[in-house]
Amino acid sequence: MDKFRMIFQFFQSNQESFMNGICGIMALASTQMYSAFDFNCPCLPHYNLAYGLGILLVPPFILFLLGFVLNNNISMLAEEWRRPQGQRGKDPAVLRYMFCSMAQRAMIAPAVWVSVTLLDGKCITCAFCTSVPVDTLGNASHPRLSQGEIQRVLARIPCKEIYNGQQLIANEVAVRYLRCISQALGWCFVLLMTTLAFLVRSLRPCFSQAAFLKSRYWSHYIDIERKLFDETCAEHARSFAKVCIQQFFEGMSTDLVAARCYLPRKASADAGEAAEKLLGITDQGTMNMALKTWHRCKPPLHLHPPALPTGNGWAGEGQPPTHPSTPRRETAAYYSWV
Amino acid sequence: MDRFRMIFQYFQSNSESVMNGICGLLALASVKMYSSFDFSCPCLPQYNMAYGLGIMFVPPVILFLCGLILNRQSLVMLEEWRRPQGRRKKDLAVIRYMCSSIMQRAMVAPVVWIIVTLLDGKCLICAFSGSMDPEKFVGFANVSTAQVQQLLAKVPCKDDELLRNSTSRKAVSRYLRCWSQALGWSILLILILAAFLARWLRPCFNQATLLQARHWSNYIDIEQKIFEETCCEHSRLFAHKCILHFFESMRQEIKLHSFSLPREREGAEGEEDLLRGITDQNQVNKLLKMWYCEKPPLDVSQAHQR
Repeated sequence: MDKFRMIFQFFQSNQESFMNGICGIMALASTQMYSAFDFNCPCLPHYNLAYGLGILLVPPFILFLLGFVLNNNISMLAEEWRRPQGQRGKDPAVLRYMFCSMAQRAMIAPAVWVSVTLLDGKCITCAFCTSVPVDTLGNASHPRLSQGEIQRVLARIPCKEIYNGQQLIANEVAVRYLRCISQALGWCFVLLMTTLAFLVRSLRPCFSQAAFLKSRYWSHYIDIERKLFDETCAEHARSFAKVCIQQFFEGMSTDLVAARCYLPRKASADAGEAAEKLLGITDQGTMNMALKTWHRCKPPLHLHPPALPTGNGWAGEGQPPTHPSTPRRETAAYYSWV
Repeated sequence: MDRFRMIFQYFQSNSESVMNGICGLLALASVKMYSSFDFSCPCLPQYNMAYGLGIMFVPPVILFLCGLILNRQSLVMLEEWRRPQGRRKKDLAVIRYMCSSIMQRAMVAPVVWIIVTLLDGKCLICAFSGSMDPEKFVGFANVSTAQVQQLLAKVPCKDDELLRNSTSRKAVSRYLRCWSQALGWSILLILILAAFLARWLRPCFNQATLLQARHWSNYIDIEQKIFEETCCEHSRLFAHKCILHFFESMRQEIKLHSFSLPREREGAEGEEDLLRGITDQNQVNKLLKMWYCEKPPLDVSQAHQR
């Protein structure tokens, strides 16, 4: 019990650190994913916007969902939400607390992706290169081109190797302009997120500290109760299995004794423990029969009372012998009641 | 008990070290962020100043807020500030002490960013190249007013075709960089002097009050940690009792409804005890279903009276 207690204390006190660790790892993973990703702007008028905005917005959504999936507590939240009320009331404040804390952690990796993307600048350059103000930034003496042509030329800005509009607008000027806008957006986004996080964290003690302490306690309680229940069930299953198997072997050995009509020699007191562990099966044939029976015909999940009749009759506890236990084999065993 | 004592002594002595560690990590992170950030001045007349000053001042605000968020003590201080008085008086000196120590630690990373920015020089060159006096530099003296703004704005961009090998561009760049580095070193010197004086002269003023404030701020911090630990311990015990009572109530229900349950033997084996009277597949299924459909009430005193 002491060992369990230490383990549970570790989990409890470190569950928050554990969750924060996963959160940090996902943020690092998203940075790594971005640098490993080979960004390839299509440099075509209508595809640029779709590609650029897609790369900016779709991976964060995936990372957000992944943040929920990797969080163990999501199943706990779902269970608590769907359970029938029964004898225990449901507290929506606890559910809200659990959901909020999971959502906050899941938001970090997507925010990191969006920030890194904006600060790098490639996505915005690709998406908005056709909207560059040619009049202000372009060369004064540019040839007159139709709107469509201008769009096609501007769309090639991100692809320096195929850009053919130096007379229209210098490539470096346009790229620097777009990158500046992108980085400004990026820093503003990071500032906004940080300010939101700061407000959420610092306004809470001012308004709802008591309710917060309550929700936090009960959400931890639900988690611990679930873990302890699983542990108790595992212990129970272990004991159940042990007794079931023990009774199986005893039953086998008793049946064989009854079938062969001889009493097993009582092991002498010195053989002691080892002989007891043999559970009455002492030769190859019997063991083979036991193994075959275990495979072909497992005993029912029903532990019957342990007192078996011996040659001397009942163990004398005054129990009425009117209902024998469910017979497990089809062959009837003959018991003599003296 | 011994183990708890060791853990709390660790918390006591290392709470400050943990916070100093976080402070140092943020400072390192700010240097790393600056070096991995791809500074790209727009080289356009109206945008340069906004970009340069933005890069110099917005990240420090972000780092300052991060420093406040990551510091556990800021929450403790806020809770102490907002708590109802109740039976324990509030000591403003303690709250002031905690506030000042939090602020000092949160200011380290922004200051590091600003100093690194100034010592590097790119930001200032980008922001103030358009404000230079063109008369001072030979290459820009004879250019028309409209053109000169454009040219000066392009100074930070070394690869621009107009100014690629211009000596005037290099002159402006060096001039601005010199100012930037001088500013950076001056700020660093002033800050270190201020920190040195503050630390040296502090024992001369109000040492006793300071010791008291420090003691009680440590106390509040530890009290909160112990409270959380005790709540965890309590909820574990509560859950354990609740589950045991649940199993017990299931066993009693089974006893009530079925007459064929054997009486327990004297000196039952350990395994039988752990089975808690549930010895059948149907009984186990029923128990698991009851656990889901009808969790027991959160009241472990009732079961004693049943």
